[in-house]
Amino acid sequence: MIEIKDLHKSYTIGKNALHVLKGINFNVKEGELVAIMGSSGSGKSTLLNILGMLDVADEGTYTLDEFPIKDLNETKAAKYRNKFLGFIFQSFNLINYKSALENVALPLYYQKVPRKERNETAMKYLAKVGLADWASHLPSELSGGQKQRIAIARALAAQPKVLLADEPTGALDSKTSYEVMQLIQEINDEGKTILVVTHEDDIAKMCKRVVQLKDGVIIEDKYVEQVRASDHV
Amino acid sequence: MLIFNRDTWQEIFGSIQKNKSRTIITVIGVLWGIFIYIVLSGAAKGLDNGFEEKFEDVAMNSMFTWAQQTSVPYAGFKTGRPIQLKLKDVQILKTRVPEIQYIAPRIVKGAFGGESGSVVFGQRTGSYSIYGDFPVLSKIATQKIYIGGRFINNNDIEANRKVCVIGERTQKELFAKDVDPIGKFIRIDNVFFRVIGVKKFEDGGGFGDDGDITIPFSTYRKLYNTGNNVGWLAIAAFDDADVMKVEEDVKMVLKKIHQISPEDERAIGSFNLGEIFNKINGFAKGLTFLSLVVGVATIIAGVIGIGNILLISVKERTKELGVRRALGATPSEVRGQIILESVFLTLIAGIFGIVLGSFVLKIIDSATQETDIPYTNPTVPIPYVIGALFIMVVLGTLIGLIPAQRAVSIKPIDALREE
Repeated sequence: MIEIKDLHKSYTIGKNALHVLKGINFNVKEGELVAIMGSSGSGKSTLLNILGMLDVADEGTYTLDEFPIKDLNETKAAKYRNKFLGFIFQSFNLINYKSALENVALPLYYQKVPRKERNETAMKYLAKVGLADWASHLPSELSGGQKQRIAIARALAAQPKVLLADEPTGALDSKTSYEVMQLIQEINDEGKTILVVTHEDDIAKMCKRVVQLKDGVIIEDKYVEQVRASDHV
Repeated sequence: MLIFNRDTWQEIFGSIQKNKSRTIITVIGVLWGIFIYIVLSGAAKGLDNGFEEKFEDVAMNSMFTWAQQTSVPYAGFKTGRPIQLKLKDVQILKTRVPEIQYIAPRIVKGAFGGESGSVVFGQRTGSYSIYGDFPVLSKIATQKIYIGGRFINNNDIEANRKVCVIGERTQKELFAKDVDPIGKFIRIDNVFFRVIGVKKFEDGGGFGDDGDITIPFSTYRKLYNTGNNVGWLAIAAFDDADVMKVEEDVKMVLKKIHQISPEDERAIGSFNLGEIFNKINGFAKGLTFLSLVVGVATIIAGVIGIGNILLISVKERTKELGVRRALGATPSEVRGQIILESVFLTLIAGIFGIVLGSFVLKIIDSATQETDIPYTNPTVPIPYVIGALFIMVVLGTLIGLIPAQRAVSIKPIDALREE
């Protein structure tokens, strides 16, 4: 599903060039649930941003579902993001003046899906995350766990090939974290490819594969025995 | 099209509603601008109309001339000699100044100091200015006679008829309400005159009032024994003539006839409405221009306010815009949305401003209805309104470009990082 070859990325801060990714080679097959771990500064967020086409690599190739991602301009990147990727953020990033339903429908709006169909689809995904009853509520009326579930529904709504989750449980307590992870596992069970950036070991253990990054290189890449989140709830 | 998409509008309403008070304050900025614009240009137009209405009864290229005393010794005469205009001057002027279309010799008793005519009808009396006039006067200054009556005609002049046209006030003061004055006889300085018409008083920017009585010139000279004397001359030049030049020519001819020094500035007085009218017209035009400038400047200030607020709003919405872009909004969609917000706010404000402005104009109009203020039908021409709306849309777009560009220049990754 994802193929990355010899990825380099450096940032220039003042006079110093900060080499963040120093040749990453990394493949993800369809249906995988991958945890990307590393301390802060290890380059894990940069890697995710490049995967999410929010940032461009200096060197190396990136292929998504046998589709080479290169020569991106902003418009093209926006289209690809919309079509291929679903984002889940640490701080949920819901639009606070839109209802849960409208938030979920937003990626479909940018796909120019007609409003009725859009709302039906959004409702379906809200039901999937168990929040159909909360469709008309504003994010401010929801708890953190509920917000993240809305965000997951939104990421799913556009039926992306890959879900990218950046510290999805970073702002949640353990119990809610496990609930969210349970949802992510369920989605993965249905065959969706998911990448989770985290620095929490227990969250990483709930994935099927753990990739350790340190100082811009992968130091460890192993498949693990998945811990079901439902065991903790 | 983005503009006709219901969803686009939903997005715009969503983000506008998000911050109601800010939206309202922003809108008030532009609303105030267009309001000022509408009220000012409407008021200027009203004044313009008012002046025009005041002068519509007087030929714009008309002038008056009268004789005074010489101030320069000339041809053996010493200074301070009083000059008297004569009826024969009229013919000479007509032949020597071809630009003259109409010339009406006039004479009056009472208007410029001196004794007014004492007028009696039945038990009622009054004193009024008595004018001796020729029918041609009506070509220079429209004489509005109430239905049933008429103005002096040539037969009256030739037959020295004792007929008169009275003013509205004269009628009110001499006649009871239910009495039709036409055909009645009134006594002017002990001579009976038949009333042939009642004149509606129009302020022509000169002398005269609503009590004036007009009698045939020929009758006047017999009644008051004035011979061939003329009080002053009312002259209308042809439409294409330059009334200022006519004024000069007329004065030169009169100076020649009455042996006045060409350098004598005081012997012959004159006054031309064209000049006055041009001045007033220029004033009204200047006012219109000023109101346009002020109005447009205020609109610009208001629209800049919208741009300013949208810039702040974009800053506040950095994260939201980042999320939208991460979810697949293209830069042009983001840009389009911000610009549409700007244009929409501008237009809404503009429409409210126009409505409010028209309302205020209406109030001013009815307040000045019964007054002397020259203010009539204060309208803003439709092209001005459309022009203002157009300017607003263009400015709204241009000013919207700034925050829109700002919004697009924020990379989604930076937007999302901003925690």
